[in-house]
Amino acid sequence: MNKDLKNTLLNPIFKGNPISVLVLGICSALAVTVQLKGALVMALSVIVVTGLSSLVVSLIRNTIPNRVRIIVQLVVVAMMVILVDQILKAYAYSTDKQLSVYIGLIITNCIVMGRIEAFALGNKPWPSFIDGVANGVGYGLILVIVAFFRELFGSGTLLGFQILPDSYVPNNLVILPPMALIFLGCIVWVQRAIQKDLQEK
Amino acid sequence: MEYISLFVKSIFVDNMIFSYFLGMCSYLAVSKNVKTANGLGIAVIFVLLITLPVNYLLNTYVLSPGALVWLGEDFANVDLSFLSFIIFIAVIAAITQIVEMVVEKFLPSLYSSLGIYLPLIAVNCAILGGSLFMQQRDFASCGESAVYALGSGIGWYLAIVALAAIREKMSYCHIPDPLKGLGITFIVVGLMGIAFMAFMGISL
Repeated sequence: MNKDLKNTLLNPIFKGNPISVLVLGICSALAVTVQLKGALVMALSVIVVTGLSSLVVSLIRNTIPNRVRIIVQLVVVAMMVILVDQILKAYAYSTDKQLSVYIGLIITNCIVMGRIEAFALGNKPWPSFIDGVANGVGYGLILVIVAFFRELFGSGTLLGFQILPDSYVPNNLVILPPMALIFLGCIVWVQRAIQKDLQEK
Repeated sequence: MEYISLFVKSIFVDNMIFSYFLGMCSYLAVSKNVKTANGLGIAVIFVLLITLPVNYLLNTYVLSPGALVWLGEDFANVDLSFLSFIIFIAVIAAITQIVEMVVEKFLPSLYSSLGIYLPLIAVNCAILGGSLFMQQRDFASCGESAVYALGSGIGWYLAIVALAAIREKMSYCHIPDPLKGLGITFIVVGLMGIAFMAFMGISL
């Protein structure tokens, strides 16, 4: 693996993380972080969708007319999301129900469109695929961190298994949607404390 | 009466931002000052109000299982619901394009201040989310979906204007360096969400 490709792969995971640095794709992310399982499935779906749609758009990038490119990209992304949704419906129906509309909302997840616009339109298929997957992983990482803390403190379990002793009283505040944002704020805080160059003036 | 209940519920209880996190990307990006937030909020209300009834009609007469029965008995078993994502997003993208052209023609000052965010409404989760919730909740009539659209649009508008106002004031505050900008905005939105929780469980 050459250096550029390695950079493409590693950069989105920490230094250029799509959620905490680029502020993309928060929309559908946070509502699925109440439980770790939902977050893992969601992360996996997003990785598949970003990877494959970047690949496909990159393959046809020279034939898309510039003026209608948004529609073409949306159709490609929507197709991938339909595939993922149908597979989930077939093999993990209960999880699919739990994620409700948020699988469909991957279409409008800004990460997917953002990476297609910024990377896949100007690069060869293989690097685009890597870039898509890496951004999906960066997104998934944040999702899993938030879900880990929310499930641990909110229900005392992880992936449905009891972790904290029975004497622990579950903190119901953590389950409420707004706490996901506060956790995310703390993640951004920690990351910017480590990487001082990201701080805003 | 049901309409009023649905309207109030979609503004406060089921607020797009605070209970579903829909439309967060443009919400965080455009909320730096009240004026542009105002413009984007109105654009969102407008696009939601047009797309939701259109998608409702498409869903009832084309997409849901057995919906094509008006074409003849042969179509009674056709289920096109797997196509709903593509159809919804295509309708939304087309309508956003039209709104963009209308705004550019008649309100050039608003157009220049909204800049690149108007086309981004097409990928604003709040719009597609509205359509998907409409499909999931089985609204009884087109009017109901329009009321829901208006309510959730206004809810989104309130949320973005409120955040923009807070952020304008916040620029005078002392905030730890790593928390400046994005971090504190997340936390403020979280706190606003907790405040909105007060509306939970209200039934009219």
